Amino acid sequence: MNNVFVYIETEGTQVAEVSQELLTKGRKLADQLGVELHAVVAGTGIKGKVEDQILPYGVDKLFAFDGEGLFPYTSAPHTDILVNLFKEEQPQICLMGATVIGRDLGPRVSSSLTSGLTADCTQLEIGDFDDVKTKKHYDNLLYQIRPAFGGNIVATIVNPDHRPQMATVRSGVMQKAIYEGKAKNEVVYPEVSKYVSPEAYVVKVLDHHVEAAKHNLKGSPIVVAGGYGMGSKEGFDMLFELAKVLHGEVGASRAAVDAGFCDNDRQIGQTGVTVHPKVYIACGISGQIQHIAGMQDSKIIISVNSDPDAPINKIADYVIVGTVEEVVPKLIKYYKQNSK
Amino acid sequence: MTKPLKIVVLAKQVPDTRNVGKDAMTPEGTVNRAALPAIFNPEDLNALEQALRLKEQHPGSTVGVLTMGPPRAGEIIRQGLFRGADTGWLLTDRLFAGADTLATSYALATAIKKIGEVDIVIGGRQAIDGDTAQVGPQVAQKLGLNQVTYAEEILKIENNIATIRRHIDGGVETVEVPLPCVITVNGSAAPCRPCNAKLVMKYKYAMCPLEVDVNSECGMRNAELSKTRPYLTLNQWSVADVDGDPNQCGLSGSPTKVKTVQNIVFQAKESKTLTATDADVEGLIKELLDEKIIG
Repeated sequence: MNNVFVYIETEGTQVAEVSQELLTKGRKLADQLGVELHAVVAGTGIKGKVEDQILPYGVDKLFAFDGEGLFPYTSAPHTDILVNLFKEEQPQICLMGATVIGRDLGPRVSSSLTSGLTADCTQLEIGDFDDVKTKKHYDNLLYQIRPAFGGNIVATIVNPDHRPQMATVRSGVMQKAIYEGKAKNEVVYPEVSKYVSPEAYVVKVLDHHVEAAKHNLKGSPIVVAGGYGMGSKEGFDMLFELAKVLHGEVGASRAAVDAGFCDNDRQIGQTGVTVHPKVYIACGISGQIQHIAGMQDSKIIISVNSDPDAPINKIADYVIVGTVEEVVPKLIKYYKQNSK
Repeated sequence: MTKPLKIVVLAKQVPDTRNVGKDAMTPEGTVNRAALPAIFNPEDLNALEQALRLKEQHPGSTVGVLTMGPPRAGEIIRQGLFRGADTGWLLTDRLFAGADTLATSYALATAIKKIGEVDIVIGGRQAIDGDTAQVGPQVAQKLGLNQVTYAEEILKIENNIATIRRHIDGGVETVEVPLPCVITVNGSAAPCRPCNAKLVMKYKYAMCPLEVDVNSECGMRNAELSKTRPYLTLNQWSVADVDGDPNQCGLSGSPTKVKTVQNIVFQAKESKTLTATDADVEGLIKELLDEKIIG
């Protein structure tokens, strides 16, 4: 009762990274609250294949539902599993990835349980809340912190009276780490038919096609990102060259993606990928809040911009005032000359 | 054999948050809604297009636009009519105000029940003011219907089964879902057709009763013309009209509460400003290499 739950997403027998990131966050929240971290996974043929990808992140108890029709994911069976499991377990918090699956499942579950859900949180904390209207005081609520209004403001949301407090978080926002402490690591395999009604399997997946990611932008230590100031798709070619010599990856602002300069899977920002590289080179990026939200935790930020007053320069460690056409080839040239 | 479909499009009037200028934020850090133009939520337009295509493919079908908001959101219904929708409903009531996604879904679901015998409820994946993507699935749950989210194209509807291609993380999927169902449409779906000039002429003065200001020219025209053209009076529903439970609407029906709202302030760093000269660029590269920041 009252534990922290994380819904684990899988593709076949591969556990999604975002789920592991949430386990690490969930572990911290559980420690802070003095409760256990539980995980729930549902799939087909997962028994014996997913446990090792889940338990090391500090899981006290894993509920693994293995049965036909649970992969590929469809809404109703997974909803039934969570709703019925949560009725038994009464968790206080449930976290899931802000992925296509999490954003399909989370609202359905929250509506079934009449509990609050906050999408795309960027921070999760524990804290107190005083309701000014009812004068009631609440201890240890989950602060669900998220940008709103296109990233121009950040709101802290709480669910005072309804459980579980549900939140989704995008991939890359939290960081995963193998748990150093001692967790119970118990695994149970509940009987699926006790949780899912036969009518739940009504949606049929005729064709399911997933390609391996073409790049590792999220995990790359060096990111070269381009904005609208790159001017064209061809303009991005030099960023790919710079990224190649630096062994980094190319990212883009939303303005550049919207203009068709770059594929949208490389978009960095609140509505794209969140990155935490060692070095972030922003080329022709003005620095809208929604972009900065996805890269502000980079260790070193270098901004290349012809406008000395570009907003991104305020958070940069180095500002090179100049056009990208002039500066980027020089970065390539002098890196080649000076590196061994 | 195709059977006529009754389709309800969920649409929302939203502030255009995509291009927020400096005047859109007040000095106190709150949003100045007046500075942002109110638009038809972009993905709801993608949904409307899918609905209008189904109407063409299945003769006799009807498309209605359902929206919730203040009286001026009647504009969303007009925009739908201009593109080929047959009717619309505006849910408007002070009791709906302050709703989170769950209370919004409750209100929409009660209205859909009131509309009755709907085959397809279709809306955008998410609205650009909240970006939550929660209302579609929550409406589906409240109506006890199946849902297909992130749809890119409704490929066909046969024997009361819809075949839908949808976007998933890193790929695509094709699914079959029996009707009735709720579908949410992704922005990668086909864009919506433009307004049709004849329909604009026909519905230009269509208004919800609360929108009508007889002191304005439009309001005057509406008051005058709607006497002989009843289609110029758009449906407007309150909580009572849809037999809603006020406790499940608006602020009181919302499990989530906003604790605080803050303006985003980024920690400014002390930055080194360089020029584009060879010496400066080479100096930077050497510094980064020396400090093993790049390898």
